Amino acid sequence: MKELEYPFDSGYIMKKKKSLRRQLTLDTEGFQKKRIAVLGGSTTADIVKVLELFLLDNGIEPEFYESEYGQYRQDALFPNSELDRFKPDIIYIHTSFRNLSFRPTPRMSAQQIEEGLENETDGLRQIWDSLKERFGCPVIQNNFELPPYRLLGNTDAWDRRGAVNFVTRLNMRIYEEIEKRDGLYLNDINWLSADYGLEKWTAPEYWYMYKYCLNIDAIPVLAFNIATIIKAIFGRNKKALALDLDNTLWGGIVGDDGVEALAIGQETAEAMGFYQWQEYVKSLKDIGVLLTVCSKNEEENAIAGLEHPEGVLRPDDFTVIKANWLPKSQNIIETAAEINILPEAIVLADDNPAERDIVRAEGIVAPDIGEVNDYIRVIDRSGFFEPVGLSEDDLRRSEMYRENALRKQAQSKYQSYEDYLAAMDMKAEIGPFPAVYIQRLSQLANKSNQFNVTTRRYTPSEMESVAQSPDYITLYGKLADKFGDNGVVSEVIGRVEGETLHIDLWLMSCRVLKRDMEFAMLDELVRACRERGISCVIGYYYPTAKNKMVRELFGTFGFDKISEDEEGNAVWKLDIKDYVNKNHVIAVNA
Amino acid sequence: MNMKELKKRLTDVFRDVFDDDSIVIDENTTADDIDDWDSIEHITLIGAVEEEFGMRFKMGEVSGMNNVGEMMKIIAERGK
Repeated sequence: MKELEYPFDSGYIMKKKKSLRRQLTLDTEGFQKKRIAVLGGSTTADIVKVLELFLLDNGIEPEFYESEYGQYRQDALFPNSELDRFKPDIIYIHTSFRNLSFRPTPRMSAQQIEEGLENETDGLRQIWDSLKERFGCPVIQNNFELPPYRLLGNTDAWDRRGAVNFVTRLNMRIYEEIEKRDGLYLNDINWLSADYGLEKWTAPEYWYMYKYCLNIDAIPVLAFNIATIIKAIFGRNKKALALDLDNTLWGGIVGDDGVEALAIGQETAEAMGFYQWQEYVKSLKDIGVLLTVCSKNEEENAIAGLEHPEGVLRPDDFTVIKANWLPKSQNIIETAAEINILPEAIVLADDNPAERDIVRAEGIVAPDIGEVNDYIRVIDRSGFFEPVGLSEDDLRRSEMYRENALRKQAQSKYQSYEDYLAAMDMKAEIGPFPAVYIQRLSQLANKSNQFNVTTRRYTPSEMESVAQSPDYITLYGKLADKFGDNGVVSEVIGRVEGETLHIDLWLMSCRVLKRDMEFAMLDELVRACRERGISCVIGYYYPTAKNKMVRELFGTFGFDKISEDEEGNAVWKLDIKDYVNKNHVIAVNA
Repeated sequence: MNMKELKKRLTDVFRDVFDDDSIVIDENTTADDIDDWDSIEHITLIGAVEEEFGMRFKMGEVSGMNNVGEMMKIIAERGK
């Protein structure tokens, strides 16, 4: 919804939140339902209401638990039957400078201040430890905003007796803990409040009157940031940035003005603006964002523009280049199909408001990016690609998709598809979930929508407990071929009940579709079942708007359908006694 | 600003905040007359009124207003 996209009007959102909620809840079919516990050190009622709006806008339908006023520590540390029954999927701890139990004063000794810092950090550690033990779900923690006044003036920053110095060091302690712990995420209100203006961020009268640690207009800013983190944790980040060219990546129109006349480089103010923006776009590749071109242009002109000697981006920075005269909505849908992602996972950056409107009508996000000097700010603050822990795969993603494009070219050289697969020199590594891949496995489970029979989501801690439980058989699959390593691409979780295995999860990344990887996984699963004396495997298919491609997966595996209801929920069964291995093209664990 | 115009703009704020286009306010309206007007929505309402009329209420005024008439009196003095 446009009203909830960055840059939004906070006053409008606060005033119209009832009406916005009504519109957003008209149709929540296909939304992810999530239980969110908000443990606050100040009044959180309005934060929760606005957070709900931003989550609904991201396809997440939240149910909230809110601690009683100021009870965040009690709720975290002591049994609370209401919170226990609620079983949160995620917990947000909303603390602020007002909640610090210790503040240094000029009369204190260095030792007293160090003790205070240690105690304050310890108080937080206890909260995180207790929540992890009781709920094992992701926890989002605020850092601390800078103090509203400085007793020591500028000295407050460097002298240990200053509150600015104390908050800065406490925040560093929090970051060290986050680095060490799984499932603890930072809500960086220190940056948010600086960006928003510390003076506007908190108003003392709101604290005195309502126990709000924020100014009312800052509430949407905070809630937007929390929603960005939550949607990223639950796998709802965007995956690709589609870029228009003329007046988006460079100033001028390459087809009319010619390459030499384009504004890009260091010569003029405008050229520098486009240069910096191209640098930013290129750096998005480092956090795993795929770049594509979506431009109304002749392809040769588009390429010539991208080869401009003063530019930063090069044609091979883009996974797909669509430079033609077709409608942009159609180009984006085709781009999505070529790289096996959903069209709604693409963001279009385009300077032309008319083009943006057209693709928006198709449900594709196209923010109002403003002028070239606004582009970086708008894309960056929109939080489309919020990284929550960068994995090796994120760093390599762009490369992997390019390798895929090469594979498609190679395919045309072979007589049959079998020949092609055999010549791929594919090697798979398949086995029970190892600890080092838990993060990646959870990330994959949370974002795989298409090749996913049950669409069950797992947090890293749930993944870990499944991996360690004797009641489960787990398999991860990595696939490499002569073009490169695809990384972890498939995972299966089966629950053992006597001599039967129930498939809780079977998914595969779409970048290895049609490579027989699913058969290699099945062979290994059957082998693991036989080792444990299991004779029968039950598979479940739960239809969603996105997973039609696996409706018949168990059928192709040789399962028999034993039931199916009106909505298409189906149960499949395989007797493994006579099972014969199905994979002949991938070398497994060789 | 005349009282008629003030009342019209204030009515629009009430209708936005409580998402109800049938709301009619007068000087004697209190929180008891509007279903959703609880302490939390009161904060939203105050914020929205402040934005609409480009003014701030003083802390004592926020808790001291007994009905819409008192709110209108303050707006008439300081609102834009």
